[in-house]
Amino acid sequence: MNPRTAATFSLPARLLHWLMALMILTMLFVGVGMVATVSERHVWLVQLHKPLGIAILALVIVRLLVRWRYGTPALPADLPPWQRAAAHLSHWALYALMLAMPLIGWTMLSAGGYPVTLFTGVTLPDLVSPSPTLYSALRFAHTWLALSLFALILLHLAAALYHALIRRDGVLASMTRSRKQP
Amino acid sequence: MTQNASPPPKLILRFTIIGLVIAILATAFAYVGGWLDPGRLTPDRMINTLEDNAGVHEGYRRNHAKGYCVVGSFESNGNAESLSRATVFETGRVSPLIGRLAIPGGDPHANDGMPPIRSFALQFQLPNDEQWRTAMNAMPVFPVSTPQAFWELLQASQPDPQTGKPDPAKMAAFFADHPETKPFLAWVKTARRSSSFVNVEYNSLDAFRFIDAGGTTHFVRWGLMPEAPFTPMTEAQKQDPDFLSRDLRERLDKGPQRWHLIVTVANPGDPTDDATLAWPADRRQIDAGIVTIDRAQDQADGPCRDINYDPLVLPDGIAGSDDPLLSARSAAYSESYNRRTREEAESATSSTQEPRS
Ligand code: HEM
Ligand code: HEM
Repeated sequence: MNPRTAATFSLPARLLHWLMALMILTMLFVGVGMVATVSERHVWLVQLHKPLGIAILALVIVRLLVRWRYGTPALPADLPPWQRAAAHLSHWALYALMLAMPLIGWTMLSAGGYPVTLFTGVTLPDLVSPSPTLYSALRFAHTWLALSLFALILLHLAAALYHALIRRDGVLASMTRSRKQP
Repeated sequence: MTQNASPPPKLILRFTIIGLVIAILATAFAYVGGWLDPGRLTPDRMINTLEDNAGVHEGYRRNHAKGYCVVGSFESNGNAESLSRATVFETGRVSPLIGRLAIPGGDPHANDGMPPIRSFALQFQLPNDEQWRTAMNAMPVFPVSTPQAFWELLQASQPDPQTGKPDPAKMAAFFADHPETKPFLAWVKTARRSSSFVNVEYNSLDAFRFIDAGGTTHFVRWGLMPEAPFTPMTEAQKQDPDFLSRDLRERLDKGPQRWHLIVTVANPGDPTDDATLAWPADRRQIDAGIVTIDRAQDQADGPCRDINYDPLVLPDGIAGSDDPLLSARSAAYSESYNRRTREEAESATSSTQEPRS
């Protein structure tokens, strides 16, 4: 058994990881793009943003259950402690943001008195009653947590490439390959 | 699990690849977000220009800043049911309304007699958390057909610091460059200022789509036809900068005020993407029911204050058209709403900390 490729994430975890990576990056680009134009793009990007964001909320719950059920492969034993700590901290921050962003989006629209319409005819219930103070706090948080999420994703990507290209320790492969038979 | 003992070959190249991947992604993000594209017309820049013209009046709308909340209801007579499956048009349904009567411009203390236009915004509350919001103006056509032209018009009408009025040469140059403004200019020449909010006809100007129960789309515009007969602004009213609210209160003290909701259906080929062009007068018109306003309230503490009358908040059965102003309005109203709610939140916290006398 090759020790560097033995432990990998479960298949559901890998599928969810790459699907959500694509969805979240899309959401970030759609988000900053839609508030930066008055053209027709604005409308259809907003119409994409809301259902895609709620889909992420549903998937992150499934993903946390999968993680709890199947666990995660151990990090390389010789990883310096600060890198180990950074890995754990950043992963939990990523989960927290994946959960918080859609919840903030939904609550923010409720607080602004907007109907939270995902598709024509499908409107989510209000989570809070309208309040300009709450709306403005959540609107602020939605922007700054989104930018933090993007920064964290860049860091995560740089770390993954560092493992793959510099350390060559099988950490990236644990998310790309299936479990090797011994 | 152990790291390879020796560093990998071409270490610098490997680090460069990592750096490049990150840099490309970050640059693409900044580009999409408009940060590398100072020429793009963003909602932010549109609202900045409105603020350049009228100043920043904290907590107020960046356009149509002076207005009054009104409350009432819409009773559908079922005539529009064949055109739209929206619940609001069901026969006999009464939908609660929160509305706002206003005058255009960014100055919340403007003189009511100045603009020839009044505006009426409505939010219809429907079952299942659905809403229909619409913001209408009392005019037959809009001056421009694109957001870019609207932005240029705002820039051309920026008041000269010396005179406090727009520079006539800049305005003339704008109108010369924009022949689509001709129908609007022709109307302005003959427009008479009304004595009241309640005796003028309001118009959606932008086209929308009604979707019927069978899924067929009908292009429409809608408007409100007042029951009160038009009378022009009087000499006495000219002396009173707030005559519209005074008149509104006096009339509501005597009884509710009514309008008919009129839906105009386009013929094939009528322009649906150009708010500067009225449709011919012979188009089919449907009286869909009665809008009744029972009472008014100051906007400072009224129920319309925290509503963004985004014209694209629509129920199932009503949808936007290909009119490019709609998207721009949705984006710009949201930015205006973000700014004014932030200012409201800030003033709420500062006034609890240090109450003012
Ligand atoms: C993973 C989830 C999400 C991410 C990453 C995300 C990201 C973003 C970003 C980057 C922006 C632009 C912020 C700015 O530049 O000011 C934005 C705006 C917005 N988001 Fe989200 N979002 C998410 C979920 C949601 C959800 C679930 C909703 C609603 C159901 C929502 C509603 C909105 C709205 C309405 C705006 C624009 C508000 C305005 O016009 O001011 N978002 N989002
Ligand atoms: C690109 C073109 C336009 C821009 C940028 C624009 C901008 C704005 C802004 C920033 C507000 C304040 C929104 C808020 O804070 O809630 C506003 C209000 C309003 N606009 Fe426009 N507008 C445009 C076109 C139109 C058109 C075509 C109409 C025609 C019906 C219209 C009618 C109104 C009305 C009635 C209000 C007052 C709504 C209220 O009482 O809350 N606007 N506009």
